Amino acid sequence: MAELRALVAVKRVIDYAVKIRVKPDKTGVVTDGVKHSMNPFCEIAVEEAVRLKEKKLVKEVIAVSCGPAQCQETIRTALAMGADRGIHVEVPPAEAERLGPLQVAQVLAKLAEKEKVDLVLLGKQAIDDDCNQTGQMTAGFLDWPQGTFASQVTLEGDKLKVEREIDGGLETLRLKLPAVVTTDLRLNEPRYATLPNIMKAKKKKIEVIKPGDLGVDLTSKLSVISVEDPPQRTAGVKVETTEDLVAKLKEIGRI
Amino acid sequence: MLGGLAAAAGTRIMGKEIEAEAQRPRQTWRPGQPPAMTAKTMSSRPTALLGQPRPGPARRPYAGGAAQLALDKSDSHLSDALNKEKPAKAESKSFAVAMFKGQLTTDQVFPYPSVLNQEQTEFLKELVEPVSRFFEEVNDPAKNDTLEMVEETTLQGLKELGAFGLQVPSELGGVGLCNTQYARLVEIVGMHDLAVGITLGAHQSIGFKGILLFGTKAQKEKYLPKLASGETLAAFCLTEPSSGSDAASIRTSAVPSPCGKYYTLNGSKLWISNGGLADIFTVFAKTPVTDPATGAVKEKITAFVVERGFGGVTHGPPEKKMGIKASNTAEVFFDGVRVPSENVLGEVGSGFKVAMHILNNGRFGMAAALAGTMRGIITKAVDYATNRIQFGEKIHNFGLIQEKLARMVMLQYVTESMAYMVSANMDQGSTDFQIEAAISKIFGSEAAWKVTDECIQIMGGMGFMKEPGVERVLRDLRIFRIFEGTNDILRLFVALQGCMDKGKELSGLGSALKNPFGNAGLLLGEAGKQLRRRAGLGSGLSLSGIVHPELSRSGELAVQALEQFATVVEAKLIKHKKGIVNEQFLLQRLADGAIDLYAMVVVLSRASRSLSEGHHTAQHEKMLCDTWCIEAAARIREGMAALQSDPRQHELYRNFKSISKALVERGGVVTSNPLGF
Repeated sequence: MAELRALVAVKRVIDYAVKIRVKPDKTGVVTDGVKHSMNPFCEIAVEEAVRLKEKKLVKEVIAVSCGPAQCQETIRTALAMGADRGIHVEVPPAEAERLGPLQVAQVLAKLAEKEKVDLVLLGKQAIDDDCNQTGQMTAGFLDWPQGTFASQVTLEGDKLKVEREIDGGLETLRLKLPAVVTTDLRLNEPRYATLPNIMKAKKKKIEVIKPGDLGVDLTSKLSVISVEDPPQRTAGVKVETTEDLVAKLKEIGRI
Repeated sequence: MLGGLAAAAGTRIMGKEIEAEAQRPRQTWRPGQPPAMTAKTMSSRPTALLGQPRPGPARRPYAGGAAQLALDKSDSHLSDALNKEKPAKAESKSFAVAMFKGQLTTDQVFPYPSVLNQEQTEFLKELVEPVSRFFEEVNDPAKNDTLEMVEETTLQGLKELGAFGLQVPSELGGVGLCNTQYARLVEIVGMHDLAVGITLGAHQSIGFKGILLFGTKAQKEKYLPKLASGETLAAFCLTEPSSGSDAASIRTSAVPSPCGKYYTLNGSKLWISNGGLADIFTVFAKTPVTDPATGAVKEKITAFVVERGFGGVTHGPPEKKMGIKASNTAEVFFDGVRVPSENVLGEVGSGFKVAMHILNNGRFGMAAALAGTMRGIITKAVDYATNRIQFGEKIHNFGLIQEKLARMVMLQYVTESMAYMVSANMDQGSTDFQIEAAISKIFGSEAAWKVTDECIQIMGGMGFMKEPGVERVLRDLRIFRIFEGTNDILRLFVALQGCMDKGKELSGLGSALKNPFGNAGLLLGEAGKQLRRRAGLGSGLSLSGIVHPELSRSGELAVQALEQFATVVEAKLIKHKKGIVNEQFLLQRLADGAIDLYAMVVVLSRASRSLSEGHHTAQHEKMLCDTWCIEAAARIREGMAALQSDPRQHELYRNFKSISKALVERGGVVTSNPLGF
């Protein structure tokens, strides 16, 4: 049964521990010289794919990332975790800033078809834009079933049982392959890339292609008008009684 | 003239284990990789201006034509005389060796070396992340300290991470790092947990380093793969109850069997890191060696690779220590252990040299680790100072705190600069770095102690409490001034080894005087040098054009300091001759001068590079460099002046000696308290 092939999409984002600063010209956040790493949910996706491979349910894991040259670092991390090869869809830095879920989903859909994979894995959302759309859109373009917010993934023959974390609790779906899965926090705990694996990863191939090669047009219909810091939290006010509370709220026009 | 003396005094080694250091045999690159020679490393350097014919157009990156002209004039008349006298052997390129002679040999120190090629740099960057994460998220230093052992999951994680074979070639299962790459990773370990650092270092930096440096192909293939994966741990066994600094006096014996197939090992070793965990031991023992010429039999030290599995190897319980508690330290006993002759490491009788090489090779790693430790500690100190409010202000606004923080970071900057310079020199293939390595160990261990102690001071009562973890670091740090060669012994080594070349030169001069006509050049050069120095005209040496123009004032300070230093070295050698080896009060002060001088040069080099490459921290580094040089130059000036011309110096030494004698006679403090009872 180990003839399945998986495509895992990974995104390079500002490291979760970094204090984000907005650029003075309000066009975005400061990224120069700032520490970047793989999106944590993407790590979980890679981990899941590698585990499936270790269980011999998946034959090959391909890691893909869209963006400027530095994306290759992120792909390398995926390779060090156990992916077999990488694909870098190269986008020049200026255009990369305007890459959104719609564009990436188109790329992933085309790649999934081109590489003839049975499973596309992604993190549920990226920690920089929090869109939570790419996986869903990819499934839409491919017309494949999707299991999002996965907290457990089990392969059952040619079907995929996906347990999802939803507001009401847990929902279990059975999807026919090929399918798209987006990973949530409790799915697994990603392994640390070990130094010997990083060394081995150096020998794995990363293919570099352009979006045009896939016939994808990256134009976006969205433009960012301004990026601003959230307003500073002002101090609260303590009141003695409920009547005071109501009066205060009326005063500031809240009721 | 001083050949054997430096070896004797300086190479007393404590068998104490060090934490992570590099080893790599003095080869430059991993197999298959071309050395990353850049235009900078290939250029000819302005070597000693006196005493040698000029090698060729000197490359001075910042030289203006005028400066060059001035220098040309100053020594042209001497170089004519010298052209008749050629240097007899290849001169050492070590800056430290040259500075004792009053020479500026800048090959290894300017410009600040960059030895990693693109691929090595990228690979290293990929390694930093997982190692840092491991130490931030998995390793729990406080827990390790309380348990007095490294948690099992952590140890296992480290093995899987590949941390136990960082320098083993990849063909044998290791990560195959060069010294500079190793230094970078060791910095991370030092920042987080020194006890784990010692566990790793005792294993790979000294425990099996001997196999890497001196092992036969068979020995390497047999032992390295399991050592690299951490399946077996290693330990370095030199120290005994009666042999610490005086390593040559060890008593463990290895008697060869009549058939010649094995040795029988008997003895006990003390305070061996990983002693209770290791399966592979590098053991130093006395073996009888027959002199082929005379037939006399002498006891010389031989190094052996001993497996616990050979039988007869036992160990004592873990020692209770002040710090690095999680690192296992135990006595190891060898009782009639049969060691196959194939397990001799290096040659029979050359064990002392083996031990020296192992320790020398790893020293810079300690400086790298401690630079990391200081970086972490300074972050804590700054964090406290920027948040603590007293007297209505954040305490970082007060001058006392500001001075503390500034001094702390200067010590960190110097240590870090030394560590990476020595590692780069080693990667470049330099074989003469022992003085610099010793200096970096002395400086780093003392700097780290001062920085951590000062951090506690800044934090006040909080620093003394267990929770912030700074007190643990201070306890961990204390041993670094003791093991791997006590700082006292290493100071003697720096002074004596440094004086050795100069001493030979002087004795060479002595014989030249017996044949003045044949050695005119040597004498003229020498006389000229002495005349100029005594006339205060300076030796004509200059760092102008070598250091960045913005650092020229500090560069001058360094050159003046070097001249003052060398003048005293020469005078003392002429006065004491071989007897200098017993003048420990003097040697200590010379060593301190040498350390300050090397430190000045190292920061000048690093700050110059930052300025010329336009790093965004260049101006800050300039400040660090200038500040350091002002104070170091003053220390050297006053120290050397005192040695040279203060009549009270001798009184001081005599007093130290007498006071000590009285204490020894009394068995303690001689006086009672002011009350008289």
